[in-house]
Amino acid sequence: MLNNIWFILWGVLWAVYFVLDGFDLGIGSLMPFVAKSEEEKRIAYYAMGPFWNGNEVWLITAGGVTFAAFPTAYAVLFSSFYAPLMIILFALIIRGVSLEFRERSNDPSWKKLWDIGTFVGSFVPALLFGVAFANIFQGIPIDENGVFKGSLLTLLNPYALLGGLLFLILFLYHGALWLAVKTGDEFQERSFKVAKLLWIPLAVVAVGFLIATWFKTNLYYNYLMKPLFYAVPAVIIPVAVLGGLFGSIFYLQKRKKWQAWGCSALTIAGVTMFGVIGLYPDLLPSSINPKYSLTVFNASSSPLTLKIMLGVVLVFIPVVIAYQFWTYRMFSHTVNKENLAYEESY
Amino acid sequence: MDVLLLSRLQFAAATFFHFIFVPLTLGLSLLLAIMETKYVRTGDETYRQMARFWGKIFLVNFAVGVVTGITLEFQFGTNWARYSKYVGDVFGSLLAIEASVAFFLESTFIAVWAFGWKRLSPKAHAVSIWLVALASNISAYWILTANAWMQNPVGYVIRGGRAELANFWDIISQSFAIHEIVHTLSAAYILSGFFVAAISGYYLLKKQHMDLFKRSFAIGISMALIFSLVEVVQGHINGSEVAKYQPTKLAAMESFWETRDHAPQYLFIIPDEKNERNKIELGKLPSMLSMLAYHNPAATVKGLKDFPKDERPPVTITFGAFRLMIGLGFLFPVIAFWGWIKRKTIEEHPRFLKILLYILPLPYLAIAAGWTVAEVGRQPWVVYGLVKTKDAVSIIDKTQVMISLAGLVLLYSVIGLIAAYLIVKFIKQGPESTTT
Ligand code: HDD
Ligand code: HEM
Ligand code: HEM
Repeated sequence: MLNNIWFILWGVLWAVYFVLDGFDLGIGSLMPFVAKSEEEKRIAYYAMGPFWNGNEVWLITAGGVTFAAFPTAYAVLFSSFYAPLMIILFALIIRGVSLEFRERSNDPSWKKLWDIGTFVGSFVPALLFGVAFANIFQGIPIDENGVFKGSLLTLLNPYALLGGLLFLILFLYHGALWLAVKTGDEFQERSFKVAKLLWIPLAVVAVGFLIATWFKTNLYYNYLMKPLFYAVPAVIIPVAVLGGLFGSIFYLQKRKKWQAWGCSALTIAGVTMFGVIGLYPDLLPSSINPKYSLTVFNASSSPLTLKIMLGVVLVFIPVVIAYQFWTYRMFSHTVNKENLAYEESY
Repeated sequence: MDVLLLSRLQFAAATFFHFIFVPLTLGLSLLLAIMETKYVRTGDETYRQMARFWGKIFLVNFAVGVVTGITLEFQFGTNWARYSKYVGDVFGSLLAIEASVAFFLESTFIAVWAFGWKRLSPKAHAVSIWLVALASNISAYWILTANAWMQNPVGYVIRGGRAELANFWDIISQSFAIHEIVHTLSAAYILSGFFVAAISGYYLLKKQHMDLFKRSFAIGISMALIFSLVEVVQGHINGSEVAKYQPTKLAAMESFWETRDHAPQYLFIIPDEKNERNKIELGKLPSMLSMLAYHNPAATVKGLKDFPKDERPPVTITFGAFRLMIGLGFLFPVIAFWGWIKRKTIEEHPRFLKILLYILPLPYLAIAAGWTVAEVGRQPWVVYGLVKTKDAVSIIDKTQVMISLAGLVLLYSVIGLIAAYLIVKFIKQGPESTTT
């Protein structure tokens, strides 16, 4: 029971991370294409300025919780994904300093440097997180000791790359909608337009990924094999994914920006949970032999650790959500040319 | 070079670099909170200007602290997979608690603080920096508890081929952890105090913004004085803890080879690791080592020769780093005391202010030396007495570790240089003359 609760929490933490940091990563990747002038660039930066660091901590927590609740999975997963994970970390480091340093000087070439940093540091993780998760859904070649028997190329298979593309477009779309939420005037118009443009490729790639998932993974098989167990998520998840997808375009047409963004958040959470729940009871399937797969049971911590951590998470995560919600409200105003000076941290 | 050596180098590079920035975050956040509280209490604009000036430097330093921390969180999995599998049940939860209890608070409110100068009331603004200060010090508690567990594992049982949690309370309250925390936090406050005092001195030498920087100087030097006194007394207790729990490390710290009672202390030693003796020993203080380690002049101190060769840490490095820290540990209170006495008329002592500026790297050096003692002195164990470092490393392809190590060193060097450039630039810019 404890293991199952932790499995759900594990998936939820990753889903929350993708929903929150997804829009930052999306904005960073969109930046060169949507922000025309220096003024617009600054507007885009301030649209995520007060949030990105707090969002990124969900990644640290998701990583930390993987370590605490499923230490074997943490060990095997991260050492198997050594190269992509290091690239993600380097990219996130570059993104972090770019966001912090850009406004610290007015020299145009200085700003240009950090604009490139923001783009690379956002684009690369958006893509690679998708690659990593698609690989998890599909399984990777690990032996009975959890030692990875493939190479970087094993991880860059077509299905995984499709997953990367899906995450990238999802985040771009999510980021464009956040820009629509936070900006005004012309810039908002353009953000709506970009989101609309992205919707068709998103829908195509999403459907393509769901079809490829049928051939490349055991997810559907798992759903079909345990109909009773999966009945609840099997209803909720399609509603989230499809409802989010169609809901967002519906609200987008009506210019209901918050609702449209909320719907794309739902899609991201739905896609993540679709994969995670479909894995159960595996955390990381082995493509060499299903017997070597890491499961919720053979990769977990002891009951005592799970209990203590459950207490910690149940007390502190609601508190975190409360004050992060407060900051989102605190900085929920639109950023535009008139109040730009007012936004500056320094 | 094999994966083991490369991973050790990478871990050392990543942690040392992280810990260049961490101490200033720990101490300066507290000083900023004090400055803003004074502004709220007195309404004196100077304190606001002061907080804005130091705050700019703080943000740059903080940013590098944050981005370098992320690598550390994942490195246990990437490079030390066998370690993570073996002790994750105990160790992982401490990291996860740190993230959910401290990092969220810290990262959320640093943004509120940075973007809230004009949106928050002065009081709410001061509260947000207090929350940042609180959170970063809480994060230190958890991560150091985790490190202390590796130094002195308690509260676990070996079950099913791994270490499992048996008593959580024992882990988070063990004396070894408490001492490590007090010692490291004091070190951070010493560094921050000297940092603020020295940079203030730079302006006092130039005779600009005298009022603001005299007050900054007084705040900084007081912090440096208080905690350098704490450090000497507490550091000694820290030494007795090591004697009790990690006798091999103690012997290496003192380059002490032959077991004996009434063990003497030498003021000057040159170790000769190969021949298991000291080349030179000068300035004998009879029974002093027994006294310092066990508070008993007759106590027996175990020498390195009594430990199997493959369980001894590198002696020269541990010993040298320890001596360096101790030397600086006695120097700091003297300097801080002198500055504190003269704080009212400090601008009349330009030579002292210049010296202060030149010795600013020393607290950084002392901290690096301290960690070297603690970490190198614990080798060959990664968890003392339980897991050897060579059994902790991941089984992975060597090339990727080589590339990541090179990439990390390159990336960190560039970031470090840029951060240093920005900090110097902000220092030179000085406080804003008019508040907006
Ligand atoms: C004594 C204090 C101390 C020590 C020994 C460490 N850290 Fe650290 N760490 C901090 C004190 C700190 C801090 C002061 O709390 C920082 C610096 C800047 C910041 O935001 O928090 C931080 C930041 C920081 C972050 C970024 C947090 C964020 O995004 O807000 C991570 C993930 C880590 N650390 C992880 C680690 C790990 C895995 C360590 C051990 C190997 C480690 N730190 C050693
Ligand atoms: C931030 C300050 C720290 C510094 C500067 C530091 C420094 C070092 C150094 C130099 C090594 C390599 C020792 C050698 O190979 O001879 C090392 C190893 C290690 N340290 Fe630390 N350390 C720090 C904090 C921590 C903390 C807080 C933890 C635990 C949370 C930790 C866990 C480890 C681990 C897992 C190793 C494994 C590799 C090894 O022993 O070689 N360190 N550290
Ligand atoms: C005379 C004064 C001092 C004494 C007697 C002393 C003693 C010690 C001892 C015995 C250790 C090893 C603890 C271990 O291995 O677990 C240590 C570690 C350390 N020292 Fe010092 N120290 C002194 C001054 C300083 C100063 C001035 C600084 C920095 C400003 C400093 C920073 C550190 C750090 C960062 C560590 C590693 C963390 C830890 O293990 O606590 N120390 N010190």
